[in-house]
Amino acid sequence: MNQTEVSQLILKIMFPELLNTIYMILASTALSAIFGMILAIALITTAPKGLKPQAFVHRCLDILINGIRSFPFIILIVAIIPITRLIVGTSIGVNAAIVPLVISGSAFIARIMESNLQEVDSALIEAAQSFGASNFQIIFKVIIPEAFPSLVSGVTIAVIAILGNTAMAGAVGAGGLGAVAISYGYANFNNTIMYSTVVILIILVILIQSLGNFLYKRLK
Amino acid sequence: MIEISDLKKSYKNKTVLKGINLSIEAGEIYGLIGRSGAGKSTLLRCINGLENYHEGSLSVNGVEVKQILGKDLRVFRKNMGMIFQHFSLMERKTVYQNIALPMACWGYSREEIDKRVKELIKIIDLEDKLYERPHSLSGGQKQRVAIARALSLDPDILLCDEITSALDPKTEQNILQLLRKINEELHKTIIIVTHQMSVVKEVCHKICILEQGEIRVNGNVENIFISQPDALRNLLGEEEVPLPKDGVNIRIIYTGDNVNDRVISDMCQKWNVGFSLIWGKTERYRDTFLGVTVINIDEENLPIVERYIGELNLRWEVLKNESN
Repeated sequence: MNQTEVSQLILKIMFPELLNTIYMILASTALSAIFGMILAIALITTAPKGLKPQAFVHRCLDILINGIRSFPFIILIVAIIPITRLIVGTSIGVNAAIVPLVISGSAFIARIMESNLQEVDSALIEAAQSFGASNFQIIFKVIIPEAFPSLVSGVTIAVIAILGNTAMAGAVGAGGLGAVAISYGYANFNNTIMYSTVVILIILVILIQSLGNFLYKRLK
Repeated sequence: MIEISDLKKSYKNKTVLKGINLSIEAGEIYGLIGRSGAGKSTLLRCINGLENYHEGSLSVNGVEVKQILGKDLRVFRKNMGMIFQHFSLMERKTVYQNIALPMACWGYSREEIDKRVKELIKIIDLEDKLYERPHSLSGGQKQRVAIARALSLDPDILLCDEITSALDPKTEQNILQLLRKINEELHKTIIIVTHQMSVVKEVCHKICILEQGEIRVNGNVENIFISQPDALRNLLGEEEVPLPKDGVNIRIIYTGDNVNDRVISDMCQKWNVGFSLIWGKTERYRDTFLGVTVINIDEENLPIVERYIGELNLRWEVLKNESN
């Protein structure tokens, strides 16, 4: 393969797929962060020592999250195809991939944020109770603001996990850089393409991690 | 103001409070004293409903705390500021925001909050740190901020849980001075949980000593110091001084101005009574001095000493000697 062919490939195939990957990451991270946060708040609130202990609810959430997290991602994609069809109307393509990405991402983020939120000093929560703050205020005015830097660095970890998952989603028809690496690189024995996708992915990971670290330092 | 009668609480099998009877008047600084695990912090948390109790009654201004629920409990807590051992400030917020937090939760307007925070920062004397974050403050400064936060809703009662235990002695004195100022100038009733005698001496009007969930002694600080009950000695970890077996041992208690009098040396010179000094100390309690001395004299001198000390109007007693 000569020089022009490679640059053609990069421009015509890899660049649009890079955009697909970025789109999947951004959309799934945003949705996962929202659902994950809701789950995490529900977990810490209903926990035995939480603000409003609800053993049954807590147990159900716990089982649900553990259940989702036990699926290998590639199996999860296939297993929830009916749900994906119901939501997006198709099981192939970038938007279809976002459904399993969000489901697994939410469970992952829920666990990370749960432990971030638990880190907040219980004495601080007691102090808030002592001046008559409501549970809602304790969560949104005390716990979340206090844990915010850790939440951001938790999301950074999740973004990179989601990036890994998008590559896997590529293998089953979602598009994105993963699909390029597998179909053009791996299946066509084209090492140039395979390794250049890997290099792009490495650069993406480094960028995401640096941004996360920067934000953490700024917020702390 | 606060009436506690026969209050009982237990965790699983362990009884933490075994029938507490206590009454705290408005305007007092009341100390709940005891070693760790005596139940004093639990008792304090029962007062603002952070802990529940199983039996007995605890009423604040005539209202039974156990019966206050939900939103009412939050409103009830507005009237009680609480201060903690490790300050419990929000690390990511400025001093200003920390002090403003209770008011923000209760929906005060921006102007009201601003006015109040600036008033409070003057009381705690930290005007130059208003926009700093807690990590750049010293322990004493953090506790001042916590005090300002506790005062922000203008409560009648301040609950203090070991608030000087994490501070060095000098800073502790400053914080205690501030508490006294708050008591005297803002007329707040203050309830202090502590294991430090220094706190009792500096600020408390009345105390009760708790041991294993029971009140051993309670009352006026001076009286307790004068009568030196076992519970006090236990708390201080003082060993009982072995008394000489021969002669008579006398404990003399000085209060206020008597501390400076040359009571015993005058006794020697005027009446020619010899003595040996067994034990003694002088301490300051709030603004008065209290001294205790134990001396040993010959038995035949007892009537002289009795008359002499009696004339001076000092409190004194003959200590029982076990061998006699």
